[in-house]
Amino acid sequence: MTRVQTPHGESADTASLRGPKLSHGKLPRFTPLAVFAGSLVAVGALFALLGSFSVPLTVFLGVILHAVVLLVLTQVVEGRRAAIDRLATTAMYSAFGLALIPLVSLLWTAVQEGLERFDGYFLSYTMRGVFGGMDAGGAYHAIIGTVEITLFATLISVPIGLLTAVYLVEYGPSRLGRAITFFVDVMTGIPSIVAGLFAYALFALFLGPGVRMGVVGSVALAVLMIPVVVRASEEMLKLVPNELREAAYALGVPKWLTIVKVVLRTAAAGIVTGVMLSIARVIGETAPLLITVGVADSVNYNLFDGRMMTLPVYVFRQYSQGLAPNGVTTINYDRAWAAALTLIIIVMLLFAVARLVSRFFSPKTGRR
Amino acid sequence: MAKRLDISDLNIYYSDFLAVEGVTMAIEPRSVTAFIGPSGCGKSTVIRSLNRMHEVIPGARIEGRIALDGEDLYGREVDPVRVRRQIGMVFQRPNPFPTMSIHANVIAGMRLNNKRMSKAAADEVVERSLRGANLWNEVKDRLNRPGSSLSGGQQQRLCIARAIAVQPDVLLMDEPCSALDPISTLAIEDLIGELKQEYTIVIVTHNMQQAARVSDQTAFFNLAGVGQPGKLIEMDATEKIFSNPSKKATEDYISGRFG
Repeated sequence: MTRVQTPHGESADTASLRGPKLSHGKLPRFTPLAVFAGSLVAVGALFALLGSFSVPLTVFLGVILHAVVLLVLTQVVEGRRAAIDRLATTAMYSAFGLALIPLVSLLWTAVQEGLERFDGYFLSYTMRGVFGGMDAGGAYHAIIGTVEITLFATLISVPIGLLTAVYLVEYGPSRLGRAITFFVDVMTGIPSIVAGLFAYALFALFLGPGVRMGVVGSVALAVLMIPVVVRASEEMLKLVPNELREAAYALGVPKWLTIVKVVLRTAAAGIVTGVMLSIARVIGETAPLLITVGVADSVNYNLFDGRMMTLPVYVFRQYSQGLAPNGVTTINYDRAWAAALTLIIIVMLLFAVARLVSRFFSPKTGRR
Repeated sequence: MAKRLDISDLNIYYSDFLAVEGVTMAIEPRSVTAFIGPSGCGKSTVIRSLNRMHEVIPGARIEGRIALDGEDLYGREVDPVRVRRQIGMVFQRPNPFPTMSIHANVIAGMRLNNKRMSKAAADEVVERSLRGANLWNEVKDRLNRPGSSLSGGQQQRLCIARAIAVQPDVLLMDEPCSALDPISTLAIEDLIGELKQEYTIVIVTHNMQQAARVSDQTAFFNLAGVGQPGKLIEMDATEKIFSNPSKKATEDYISGRFG
């Protein structure tokens, strides 16, 4: 570490602790941005001169150069503490950017590849009678299947999960409560294929082997959803201040009405978000649905009768068929990407709705 | 309206821990009774047992008898929910329901109990209660704003309005002013003076001047040491407690020579 001499002849380290002055040099506000741009240009120009320019390498080395230059510059002008602050800021922005790369890249790829066939036709036609490289076929049946099966899974798991959370927070902690918490944790770790086999085995007990219908898939997804719903709701219910429960009791409100009208109402926004997260967790499940619901080429609206198609399984099926022997050879890949894009859009729509709902439900602070 | 409370040989436990021992006192209707004493002496525990809020805490229970106009509050067939409808409570920290408007907060006692009431009746209850809590003029133009948009003192008066909206016989106040500034405290103290025309009021306070200002009767609680149960040392007319108490411990406490 280089030590900078202050006018008083002390090292910067000690001066910053008990320095005679309260003020120190200050870099202009645009310094970090300017240094960043300068670093990028410098590194890029160097590579261009060497004739081996590449974007990732330029950004990577540019960020490092930026960190070093800014550190030294700040150390000289503003002092040691400010320099470390800048370094930490750079590290955090870099980590954020690093985390964003896979997300952006994934979205970009899905949109780029998916737009090839993503249109009104794709959304409103099924695969009935489509074969080979025919320039036709859509995912309507898969959208219907995914929406119905996921909705029914939500219908099963939200009451169970919410009531479990209410028990754990409002009526626990007891020995039973601790046991439930343990089993919920275990349930969180169940591999999805095991959930699928469980649901299949359960229905096969009653309806015989080889049973395939939408509701079996819903049960499999519910097994995966319940622990997520329990965990999320439990945390939200714990956040409700005890004072609100006492306020309700002191008004002569029975416990169950307090839970329904005060506790759940206050936590509603968080619970909705938690449920949406759990839906997002299961809507892309493929393996259990392949086992329990199977595949279909045409629409089946009935959850309780026969096979259905779902979007993840549709993607898997199309992609695994590979290149078509004639006609549009890449049609299977294109359909797979378009269906993947559809799935992403459905999840995003869900989250948009969740945001609106939770904004509507969230406690009013009065500052807006 | 305004009933008397008779407490006899009250022992209060948290699981196995005896928190308060041997309290016997009479709380007169249409008067203000103040509980004073050092922290941990059981004032709040006693006041919470008066409307069966004490037993909300797991493992908490009492022995002895508390009677509201002669009716035992802890009788076998007594529903604690009904007790709390007759004995209202205001807490230390203002706790309006954050999801409700000012209007909805006032009628929360009815609304949360699924009681159906016409819009006109609800508006009337809201105005009467807010006037009773000296808050009407400040909020009448913004009844639909959230309750949490008010200042701390206003929120506390909103909680008082909420408590008197269900027309209880007794109003319990557990350090209602300890989170408030002197001006809001004055507003609440004035309010207590008005409310005692209609209600039996019990107030816990750490502020001895406040006890001297607002109360007719004062009860002094003390505990022998950490881990020992709190006890009622003496209870008498407020002027007597503050001018000529009969026990030395009381005199030491109110004159600041405590311990």
